[in-house]
Amino acid sequence: MPVPRYKREIPQRYRLEASKCKSCGKVLFPPRLVCPKCGSREFEGVRLSDGGKIVTFTVIRVAPEQFADQTPYVVAVVELGDGVRITAQVVDCRPEEVEIGKPVRLVFRKIQEEGKTGILCYGYKCVLSSLG
Amino acid sequence: MVGIVGYGSYLPRYRIKAEEIAHQWGMDPETIKRGLLLKEKTVPAPDEDTVTIAVEASRNALKRAGIDPGEIGAVYVGSESHPYAVKPSGTIVAEALGITPEVHIADYEFACKAGTEAMWVGYSIVKAGEVKYALSVGADTSQGAPGDALEYSASAGGSAFIFGGEGVVAEVVETYSYTTDTPDFWRREGAFYPRHGGRFTGEPAYFKHILGAGRGIMQKAGLKPADFAYAVFHMPNGKFPLTVGKRLGFLREQLDPGWIVPLMGNTYSGSSPTGLSATFDVSKPGELILLVSFGSGAGSDAFVFRMTERINEVREKAVKVKELLEYSPIYLNYGLYAKFRGKIIMNS
Repeated sequence: MPVPRYKREIPQRYRLEASKCKSCGKVLFPPRLVCPKCGSREFEGVRLSDGGKIVTFTVIRVAPEQFADQTPYVVAVVELGDGVRITAQVVDCRPEEVEIGKPVRLVFRKIQEEGKTGILCYGYKCVLSSLG
Repeated sequence: MVGIVGYGSYLPRYRIKAEEIAHQWGMDPETIKRGLLLKEKTVPAPDEDTVTIAVEASRNALKRAGIDPGEIGAVYVGSESHPYAVKPSGTIVAEALGITPEVHIADYEFACKAGTEAMWVGYSIVKAGEVKYALSVGADTSQGAPGDALEYSASAGGSAFIFGGEGVVAEVVETYSYTTDTPDFWRREGAFYPRHGGRFTGEPAYFKHILGAGRGIMQKAGLKPADFAYAVFHMPNGKFPLTVGKRLGFLREQLDPGWIVPLMGNTYSGSSPTGLSATFDVSKPGELILLVSFGSGAGSDAFVFRMTERINEVREKAVKVKELLEYSPIYLNYGLYAKFRGKIIMNS
C-alpha cells in the first residue's frame, strides 16, 4: 500500500471514523462528499461501534501473494451496531467455527507488511470472541 | 492524589504447551515443567505485535477509566519488541486511540522492565502537573532462540495503565528504582534472538535487583511485608518470583493472584504489569500492593499502590486477566508455532 494512501485512510482503518448525513441521517463509511441517499453535502463525524454480526462470509483458500501464508482464512461482510456493513477478515478461529449471524468484535491488527523493509499496515479485523 | 485511573490487559488466544516444545528438542517435559514451573505460554497470532497488543490493552484501560482519550497528554510504550527499529510504536497506539495530535509520545526499552519505566514516567509527568492524564503501556512479543531455555517462557501480551489525579483506582504511595550495569541478558543490533548469561541471570541479576528494590521501597515507605495484601514480582519463569517473594518475607497467598506465569509465560515488558492487572482484578479498597519489575542490563522499578473505593466501580467494565488466560485457548503444535513466530526460512 502506498504510504500517502495509508496515511490518508488512518481515520477509517484505525478508528472507524464515518460521516453521518445531517439531512437524512445516513451513516457513510468511508465518508463521502455527497450523500448518495439525499444529495446533501452536510455531514457530522461519528465513530462506528466495534461490535456486529456476520452477514455472510467466504473462506479464502487461494490468496493473493502477500496473504498466501495465512490460508485458509475467512473474509466476512459484517453488519455493525450502527447498521453499517464492512468487509473484514475474521481471525483467531478455525474457518469451521464461523457462521452467519454469529456476533463479532472488531480488533486492531496488522493487515499487511510492505515487504521486509517497507511500512507495516494496521487496521481492523474481527474476532468471534465474546470477551469484553 | 495521583495514581492509576484505568487499567487493562490483553493476551493472545494462541498457546503452546511446554511439553510440545520439550518434545521438539528431546528434553524431558516433566523436568522442564518442574524446573521452570511453566505449563504453557501465549503465542501472538501472525497479525499481532507489540503495537496491536498495546492498542487492545489500552482500549480496556480506557473502558475502566471512562475518560475522553483526547485528554491524555502523554503516551509511553515500553517493549523490547517494538515492530520498527526506527519509528515509534507510541504514535500508532495514540492514533488508534484518538489521542493525537496534542500529546507527548515516547517508546521505552529496558529488557523486561520497559513497561514499568513507561509507568514511572507517566506517573511522574502527571504528578508534575505537565499533563492531565498519561497512558503507560508494557507489551511484548518476545522470542527465545529455538532449543534455548527461554523458548519455554518467551510469550506475548501486555497491560496498560492510565495515570491521573481524579477518579483514582490505585493511588501511587511510593516509588523506588534500583539499577546497575549488569550484562546478564542482551541482544545486539541486528541479532534475531537474545543471548543470556545462564546461571548468572539469577543471583547477581534478578535476585540482587528485585531484593534491592523491594527492600529499598519498603524502607522508604516505612512498610513491611505484612502490611501488603499482595505483591507482584517480574516473572521470567515460575520459580524466581516465588523464591524472591519468600526471601523478602512475603507469604505464598500474597503472591498468588499476580503469579500468572505458569499459563501466560513471560510477557517481558508486559510481565509484572499484567501480574499487577490480575492483582487489581481481585483487590479491595484500602489494600496495599507492591510491584517490583526487573529488566536485564539490569534494574528494578518498584511501586506501592493503595486501592481506592473506585476499584469496585471499574473492575467489571473490561475483561479481567483470568478471563483472558482461560478463554478458549487455541493450542499450536511446534510446526505452526514456528510458522507463526517467523522461525521458518521462506523463499522471498
